[in-house]
Amino acid sequence: MGEKRFMKGNEAIAEAAVRGGCRFFAGYPITPQNEIPEYLSWRLPEVGGDFVQGESEVASINMVYGAAAMGTRAMTSSSSPGISLKAEGISYLAAAMLPALIVNVSRGGPGLGSIQPAQSDYLQATKALGHGGFHTLVFAPNTVQEAVDIVYESWEYAERDRNPVFVLIDGCLGNIMEEVDLPEMKEIKPEDLPEWCLSRRNGRDWQGNITPIYTEPILEGLNMMAGEMYKQWEEEDVRVEEFMLDDAEYVVIAYGMASRVAKEAVIKLREEGHKLGLIRPITLYPFPKNSIRNLDYSRVKGIIDIEMTIPAQMRDDIELQVMGRCPVYEYGRSGGCLLDDDGVYEAIKEVITGGAE
Amino acid sequence: MAVYKRPTSIADAPSGYCPGCLHSLATKLVAQAIEELGQADNSLNIISVGCSGLNILYWSGDFLSTAHGRAPAAATGAKRANPERLVFTYQGDGDLAAIGLAEIMSAANRGENFTVIFANNQTYGMTGGQMAPTTLIGQKSTTSIYGRDPKTTGYPLRMCEIISTLEAPRFVARYALNSPKGIMDAKKGIKKAFEMQLAGKGFTFIELLTNCPTNWHMTPLQTLDYMNTNTIPYFKPGIYKDTEENA
Repeated sequence: MGEKRFMKGNEAIAEAAVRGGCRFFAGYPITPQNEIPEYLSWRLPEVGGDFVQGESEVASINMVYGAAAMGTRAMTSSSSPGISLKAEGISYLAAAMLPALIVNVSRGGPGLGSIQPAQSDYLQATKALGHGGFHTLVFAPNTVQEAVDIVYESWEYAERDRNPVFVLIDGCLGNIMEEVDLPEMKEIKPEDLPEWCLSRRNGRDWQGNITPIYTEPILEGLNMMAGEMYKQWEEEDVRVEEFMLDDAEYVVIAYGMASRVAKEAVIKLREEGHKLGLIRPITLYPFPKNSIRNLDYSRVKGIIDIEMTIPAQMRDDIELQVMGRCPVYEYGRSGGCLLDDDGVYEAIKEVITGGAE
Repeated sequence: MAVYKRPTSIADAPSGYCPGCLHSLATKLVAQAIEELGQADNSLNIISVGCSGLNILYWSGDFLSTAHGRAPAAATGAKRANPERLVFTYQGDGDLAAIGLAEIMSAANRGENFTVIFANNQTYGMTGGQMAPTTLIGQKSTTSIYGRDPKTTGYPLRMCEIISTLEAPRFVARYALNSPKGIMDAKKGIKKAFEMQLAGKGFTFIELLTNCPTNWHMTPLQTLDYMNTNTIPYFKPGIYKDTEENA
């Protein structure tokens, strides 16, 4: 039985995490994600969990590392510059095969950038969340409800894979209010703790150790296992929304908040008689390659990549699937400047009427 | 009748620490204290990076190996997630007093209910003997080949003195492992810290002065003398804070 509430994105994510079994959070203040730690600072103690305001992002991700090793569902959140600081710890989570949730409510960059929403962390999220060549599932919801649903089930993925899960939204989705249907509270009992964890509450009586350092042949073997897992994700975990592609001559590709503005433009241009469609990656990693690769390029005349960052970062992933079969265009705003309906509409129209390069 | 034997938390394997290195003694003292408190199955060693990290080869109890300097943060998460476990970090001076300063100070200041075992040998042993935050003035290292110069590198950090200025820590003490008395005292101190943790009393900090024959370029016996004449005068052993005393 769900529970309807009108909630801010960040707070809805925090509540969804608690209902999804999260019992430990550590984080450091940074705009525009502060409502997540603020909410969890009082909410987690209510359900017997623990909240720590760490001395830094570096410390916070390592607190999550410690809690996750005990089998506790643990998370942290931050925004772009803070995610860079967590990179070390995220890599260690992947190395030690520890499940955890990391949420990036992203803002303009690089550097301290701006505190306004942006999608400038796509490459970091999908290619290198830390050193050492690992990946996490990267989800990019575009509504508060979708963020709630993804966060709620994120530990199921994290524990299945023994790997962190990453949720990437921008500061806009984190701060808008929408109606959400909150799922039921999951009850995690001591006997449900994973067998490998360092808690002895689950009855384990053998020596447990968790480490991010290995001898060479073991590390190579673990790298191979991770490679197999990423392949498996491509087959089973890709999520994508495809909109009006059947007769589309131009296809817009956008994710997160950008996809909401892009979809409005697609609908408006459809009403004007233009054959447009939209592909919205929901998982940025694994990337919905087939949706783009299998388009009918005898009909599709162009792809338009719309992102809230300049230059576009998803473009390389798109071009790898288009393989030169049609031109790829990009349009975006950046630095914390938001996409607006008119700008996106005009940019797409310019492409389909032949004006764009 | 007491029987002297290998504590169960130490793996039945030859030590790979350099001959004369006091790390193996420090590890043994921790394992003995755990054994005597009946905590072998309940203890959790939060291992750091450096020679202290070799514990992953010699520790047969539960352990969690962590990033350089971050053991107190990981211990914070682990202990809070599972408060009944006896949790301790085992860290060297580069790990604790340089890269991990923020983590150790903040964990101590929060009064986290775990124990820190700090092995201070005044060098980065694992990486080949670079200058550490605790390297003595004039002491040579691979990055201070003429001896540590305070004009450009400052002074050795006295962690017990710093930690004991904080309100939250409950027991802060330094012991030198170059004499039988120092070793006996250290064992008592470690045990006391663990007992306080088990009683839920809060943050406890044990500094053990150790050596590094390899990187000090001395015989093991020479290092013990060097500790008497150089290390101990600067890093004075003693109990710096004990909230039980006035209790």
